[in-house]
Amino acid sequence: MSDVLAITEHRRGELRDVSFELVTAGSDLVGETGGDLHLAVIGGDVDAFADELALDGVDTIHTVPEGDEFNHDVYVQAIAALYEELDPTYVLMGNTVNGLDYAPAVAEQLDIPLVTDAIGLSNDGSLVVTREMYASKVESTVEVDADRAAVTIRSAEWEPTEAAGEPAVEAFDFELDESRVRSRVTGFEEVGGGDVDIADADVLVSVGRGIEEEENLELVQDLADTLGATLSSSRPIVDNGWLPKDRQVGQSGKVVTPKVYLAIGISGAVQHVAGMKGAETIVAVNTDPDAPIFDIADYGIVGDLFDVVPELIEQFS
Amino acid sequence: MKVLVTVKEVAEVEEDFQLDGLHVAEQYLEYDLNEWDEYAVEEAVQIAEENDDVEVVSVTIGPERSEETIRMALAKGVDRAVRVWDDALDDVDLLDVGAKTRLLSAVVEEEDPDLVLTGVQANDDSFGATGVSLASAIDFEWAAVVNALDLDVDGGVANVRRELEGGVEELTEVDLPAVLTIQTGINEPRYASLRGIRQAQSKEIKPMALSDLGLDDAVVESDLVLTDVYEPETESDAVYFEGDAGEQAAELATVLREKGVGAQ
Ligand SMILES: Cc1cc2nc3c(=O)[nH]c(=O)nc-3n(C[C@H](O)[C@H](O)[C@H](O)COP(=O)(O)OP(=O)(O)OC[C@H]3O[C@@H](n4cnc5c(N)ncnc54)[C@H](O)[C@@H]3O)c2cc1C
Ligand SMILES: Nc1ncnc2c1ncn2[C@@H]1O[C@H](COP(=O)(O)O)[C@@H](O)[C@H]1O
Repeated sequence: MSDVLAITEHRRGELRDVSFELVTAGSDLVGETGGDLHLAVIGGDVDAFADELALDGVDTIHTVPEGDEFNHDVYVQAIAALYEELDPTYVLMGNTVNGLDYAPAVAEQLDIPLVTDAIGLSNDGSLVVTREMYASKVESTVEVDADRAAVTIRSAEWEPTEAAGEPAVEAFDFELDESRVRSRVTGFEEVGGGDVDIADADVLVSVGRGIEEEENLELVQDLADTLGATLSSSRPIVDNGWLPKDRQVGQSGKVVTPKVYLAIGISGAVQHVAGMKGAETIVAVNTDPDAPIFDIADYGIVGDLFDVVPELIEQFS
Repeated sequence: MKVLVTVKEVAEVEEDFQLDGLHVAEQYLEYDLNEWDEYAVEEAVQIAEENDDVEVVSVTIGPERSEETIRMALAKGVDRAVRVWDDALDDVDLLDVGAKTRLLSAVVEEEDPDLVLTGVQANDDSFGATGVSLASAIDFEWAAVVNALDLDVDGGVANVRRELEGGVEELTEVDLPAVLTIQTGINEPRYASLRGIRQAQSKEIKPMALSDLGLDDAVVESDLVLTDVYEPETESDAVYFEGDAGEQAAELATVLREKGVGAQ
């Protein structure tokens, strides 16, 4: 028997997708080992969130009405108190940006081992976590040789649970130690709003670190112009200041769903793929036949972009 | 003021590689400073340039080989470096977040910094967790995934932006002392100058073994056991265009035209 405590996430009044994915991962786990699945909802309109989270597989939802938005000091304290009360075997959290901000502190305070960014979980006696290393080139399994563990799951790896259920909803009585809240969220800002909205484009020519030098960008700009397409990019191109931030596709950039997405010299890191996997047709040009971008591509060219792109321009000129 | 920057030498795997037990065989690995740590180093050096009396110290947990990489940080303006290593670390398959936290906590105790900067993640095993775990252990406040930092030393706060998903940034005030995990793009990392490279030769990289930190071998023991490492099965069902670049481009052009691309 092992109980699971899964921590849901919300932002600006809405539950985030990972909350529903955590329900799936959590109920799979208790399905294997027996035990209860507890959810925690911390901050915001907890009652409305609890209604939405009344899902199949959930035994109890614990609501902690503390603050409107995420604050890691509040989360860590609330989770530590819940942990003490419920004594779960596993604490499941999302490997989101906020997950990066509180999950490691939870594990450290509870003095339990932490495995992050899980893409698979199984348990036949002990917990085994599958995760990636070396920019997705290698996968590994990690066995947890302890009674308890904290695990964060990668977004969009588990299907969200949608089927309704009838969990108990309990308000968790919890006294926040204000003196230990030492950071304050003062606002949110939407970035971008430049002249081009890559989310509107039908065809995107998207360039990554394979382009090597800023002056080589001209080549892909030429291709975009020839095809009547819009130029976008992966993160390093924007980090280098070669293209403005509003051209970045991915987790922290824009989510795009064009008819055609040409990924040129882009490896296909999970944070990039999060922004473009919904494209109708994905074409990848990459020298590395094992680049993860090919896993989601419809068409692939294993080749050097400096050979392929000029030929492609030629084809359309 | 003292700023401690954690830096890691990370390995990148070559296109074609082979595994040797639980590791990628050494000859297929190329070592470099972790991308995120380059930005953390630059941020620390900029803080030193903008404020009086700031010392920047870097710390790495890494074998002797990593000194070459660490020296690059020294060449860019880090004042001195600490390198933690020990025979007890030689045979550790997976140095997990807990173990790294225990080691780095001991260094923090020695150095007593006012601010610690780490990268968001190390690009090899990508735990994305060391900075925040360390903050909790040393009782510093923290913020993760910081892409703008405005330090108010007198006011005792760091005003940061945290880069959330979907182009949204969170503005947060963080009490000092703090650990901040630095996101790429926060600044423009400089190139090391020739003078910097020359100066770095005479800067200190202090080796520290577990006993130097008052620790015993137990601190590197982990509850996590690496049980398998393998190349993932490709999930690709892509149609690949074969031939030389011209032929590949011609085939792709046909497909693109079918989809209405390039039709004027
Ligand atoms: C919190 C967080 C948020 C992030 N958000 C985003 C985001 O929004 N968007 C994003 O893109 N990334 C994001 N990242 C970064 C992401 O993890 C990767 O580092 C990044 O996507 C890599 O970009 P890339 O594919 O261009 O570079 P690399 O991974 O370096 O890949 C370059 C590719 O080019 C290929 N190549 C090299 N030379 C050639 C050539 N001559 N011809 C053809 N191919 C060639 C290589 O084989 C390689 O596959 C985020 C990371 C974190 C931690
Ligand atoms: N071996 C190490 N030595 C020094 N710093 C490290 C080490 N491993 C991780 N870090 C720091 O912690 C950050 C996050 O790493 P990780 O949690 O391993 O993804 C890195 O960007 C480094 O700044």
